[in-house]
Amino acid sequence: MAYRWKNDLTENDVTPEHVFLNRRHLLAGAAAGVALAGIGAGGQAKADALEPNSWDDITTYNNYYEFGTGKDDPVKYAGRLTTSPWSVMIDGLVDRPGAYPFEQIMKKMTIEERIYRFRCVEAWSMVVPWNGFELADLLDLAGVQSRAKYVAFETALRRDEMPGTRFPVLDWPYVEGLRLDEAMHPLTMMATGIYGRDIPNQNGAPMRLVVPWKYGFKSIKSVVRITLMEDEPPTSWNKANPREYGFYSNVNPNVDHPRWSQATERRIGGGLFAPKIDTLMFNGYEDEVAAMYDGMDLTKFI
Amino acid sequence: MVANRINTLVRHVPTWAIYILYALPAPVLFYMGATGGLGAEPIKALARELGEIALQLLIIGLCITPLRRYLGVNLLKFRRAFGLLAFFYVALHLLVWLVLDVQDLSQIWADIVKRPFVTIGMAAFLLMIPLAATSNNRAVRWLGPRWRVLHRLTYGVALLGAVHFIWLSKGFQLEPLAYLAVIVALLALRLPKRVGVPGR
Repeated sequence: MAYRWKNDLTENDVTPEHVFLNRRHLLAGAAAGVALAGIGAGGQAKADALEPNSWDDITTYNNYYEFGTGKDDPVKYAGRLTTSPWSVMIDGLVDRPGAYPFEQIMKKMTIEERIYRFRCVEAWSMVVPWNGFELADLLDLAGVQSRAKYVAFETALRRDEMPGTRFPVLDWPYVEGLRLDEAMHPLTMMATGIYGRDIPNQNGAPMRLVVPWKYGFKSIKSVVRITLMEDEPPTSWNKANPREYGFYSNVNPNVDHPRWSQATERRIGGGLFAPKIDTLMFNGYEDEVAAMYDGMDLTKFI
Repeated sequence: MVANRINTLVRHVPTWAIYILYALPAPVLFYMGATGGLGAEPIKALARELGEIALQLLIIGLCITPLRRYLGVNLLKFRRAFGLLAFFYVALHLLVWLVLDVQDLSQIWADIVKRPFVTIGMAAFLLMIPLAATSNNRAVRWLGPRWRVLHRLTYGVALLGAVHFIWLSKGFQLEPLAYLAVIVALLALRLPKRVGVPGR
């Protein structure tokens, strides 16, 4: 079942020019001390702020440490990754475990576009027009058993195709995990494209997770294995530095990373003089996801 | 002998040539950052490039004594230039961080106090100020033998710089560790000579 979540941020939703101009006037008016209330605020303001980054920004500035720790290493070296044939092993607490070929998955899924904010734990961000399907649909394909509470993910590990894996930057292969309710949430998707084109290798071809309310490292790339389990699975950055990276890693401007503030972020593409912008709780998806964390102390469950 | 040939060559290279050669990367990097040459996020890239050049200049400075002592290559006339250039790049690195990166004054202070890698970097910069201020002939004459003692602060600056680089990196990365290893090795060469090892 696709389209569980209505994307109010597609390009069709971009604020019409006359409204946008009205907003400009409103801002000008406010600056002049003229009291004008309730025009052009709210949802439209949200939409016009969310202009996707360029294809070049999205595909040349990446963290994909299997290809190197430099931001331009993935675009330089990820071309070596063989992404066809590709299959995803879905196992653990599922009714129909097995290797699911990529083509077979794509035939069964409905591809939709989702324009999401993407917030890296390093305090930069982008807006990405993903194409893909909801993870819930893929999990339904395998049939999640009632005992399953967590979902573990694993990135491909091809030492001969991934020059960064020669160094123990992390404990390879890269692994990630979600709680089952997070995995089944309609915002959670598997992306197979960007701007309507096949997702490039440096962005996690042929298929990567996208969890827009969590820091980017949770959105694991080039997934080869999905395991349903009862216990919380290990996650790569948590293993590397548990004090700095928790299992949840929800975007939270009120809880700083020990080595830098998370209160603000820099939107990629603004050049040498790009301003900082405020980071939003749950990366702006608070209305959709906050209920899943009711009663949890988010300063402890980082 | 190779060392003598190098020493002869060095005598013909004016110090200002070193200043000009090593000052050039700064404007080039700013130009690249402004025109897309440093990638989609030029601010962090620029800060990192400037910081790495500063570390490299500190390392070059630390090489001069061992080169003379163990290989007989004398680059002493360039040492001040390398030191001052390192200070220049650390200052630019700091300015990029303050003005372009953090931007917010209250945040700058919070970062210096709360973030150990920022504290360490700032400490290294502060330690360089008296060194830069005394890098002139008058100060050398005025301080006499104390000048040498004061300028041993360079060792601390280099170590702090390398630790700063390691601490700000994510995961286990080789490059910052390599900088630290080189600096530690260059400092180890300065340990008091054992009896029996001939000096030059």
